[in-house]
Amino acid sequence: MNFTVSKQPENCLLGPESDSQRTLYPYVTGTSVVALKYKDGILMAADMGGSYGSTLRYKNVERMKPIGKHSLLGASGEISDFQEILRYLDDLILYDNMWDDGNSLGPKEVHNYLTRVMYNRRNKFNPLWNSLVLGGVKKGEKYLGTVSMIGVNFEDNHVATGFGNHLARPILRQDWHENLSFEDGVKLLEKCMRVLLYRDRSAINKLQIAKITEEGVTISQPYSLKTYWEFSAFANPAQGAVGTW
Amino acid sequence: MFRNQYDTDVTTWSPAGRLFQVEYAMEAVKQGSAAIGLRSKTHVVLGCVNKANSELSSHQKKIFKVDDHIGVAIAGLTADGRVLSRYMRNECINYNFTYESPLPVGRLVVQLADKAQVCTQRSWKRPYGVGLLVAGLDESGAHLYYNCPSGNYFEYQAFAIGSRSQAAKTYLERRFENFTDSSRDDLVKDAITAIRETLQGETLKSSICTIAVVGIGEPFHILDQGTVQQIIDTFEIAAEQEGPAAEPDAAEQSAAAADQGGSTDEGVAPMDI
Repeated sequence: MNFTVSKQPENCLLGPESDSQRTLYPYVTGTSVVALKYKDGILMAADMGGSYGSTLRYKNVERMKPIGKHSLLGASGEISDFQEILRYLDDLILYDNMWDDGNSLGPKEVHNYLTRVMYNRRNKFNPLWNSLVLGGVKKGEKYLGTVSMIGVNFEDNHVATGFGNHLARPILRQDWHENLSFEDGVKLLEKCMRVLLYRDRSAINKLQIAKITEEGVTISQPYSLKTYWEFSAFANPAQGAVGTW
Repeated sequence: MFRNQYDTDVTTWSPAGRLFQVEYAMEAVKQGSAAIGLRSKTHVVLGCVNKANSELSSHQKKIFKVDDHIGVAIAGLTADGRVLSRYMRNECINYNFTYESPLPVGRLVVQLADKAQVCTQRSWKRPYGVGLLVAGLDESGAHLYYNCPSGNYFEYQAFAIGSRSQAAKTYLERRFENFTDSSRDDLVKDAITAIRETLQGETLKSSICTIAVVGIGEPFHILDQGTVQQIIDTFEIAAEQEGPAAEPDAAEQSAAAADQGGSTDEGVAPMDI
């Protein structure tokens, strides 16, 4: 029995809304994704945590997935919405392959498709609660872009979502340069992820690094970063700044 | 064509397994004025003969730009062609909006063919009476396709459709093996020559033909009359040097003049092959 009354005023433009609900807040969320362009393609890193509010509940969540032959998608935010997006992309790639004509959707096309999806959901006040990072290589051209839950999209040489924007991007702005080698790229990403691990409470010390080049996608096995908690600034944080914790 | 009792409906098969309405639609294509297309590895050229009803009227538009990388030349019921061009433009622009990328011509052609097929299997519709030569680029280079009213499509190195297209086809058949590596300008020259073949002796002028080009690094566009006339003039000059029956007037006609007043002038350009 339905006791709720959802009466809309006559001048309302909203459609029928008796049983379904709109997204109000996310439940199981992933934290930052960081990615950069390097010599042979794109490197992307994300930890494997799925938080349930303030609880670090799930510790084996893969937040990066290959899409088609040329792209890699990383997501932060609501994990179930990420899974829904993967389903849309699965259909998209399937129909693209069914043409069987030598043409294929590259990372730019997938990125723009996702932008349309995210923006249209935002317009209906029912967003997919994710920030996405889409990277790939096609015919030697490297591509790295991001889309937010409200449909803001752009490309850059390095991108990050969530806390990564505040903690990782400044490091990348300083240390990134064209044609990084694979080792340097990984080192740079690990530097960013370590800072995130120290400072983002929803980060866990179990991450994967994914690489996409012309040859294809490789996602590493999960591993941990070495941390050092004996810095004097950690031991005595108030020394330089009174009142801090 | 013979009248018979199985040709009233497109949804009626003949005992010999034919759909006569579809075949009659293909006849309509053969009655339209000629259109030709040819391609190299990097460029595609489309050409058509423009016939106007009278000297007073303008000629029908038979070449349409569909997108920066796709164009189409039609022969047959031009009204049907216009509607299909609008469909193609719509598909291209929608794809570009969603994917920020040009629609591969091969996929557009299949969509067009599927649309034509629907009309061969509904009793309340009739097949489109227009043949389309679709020129476009995609990841694998330059392509030329021919879309039939029957819903079939074929890829070609060079092709001609419409009335007296056989003459153009003969010319193209002799030369097509060289087209893959032709330069853009040679391709255009070959297109104009093929058009001339369909005119069967009538003077070739830029006012009665339209040429369009698309290529890698060159968006689809229709060549302006002045440029086309210049190219025609280079043929005439070559013809003059070869044959004494060449018409001096034809070579000196002003490029910008679109008047059709002197269409049946004295003398005729030599059939130079």
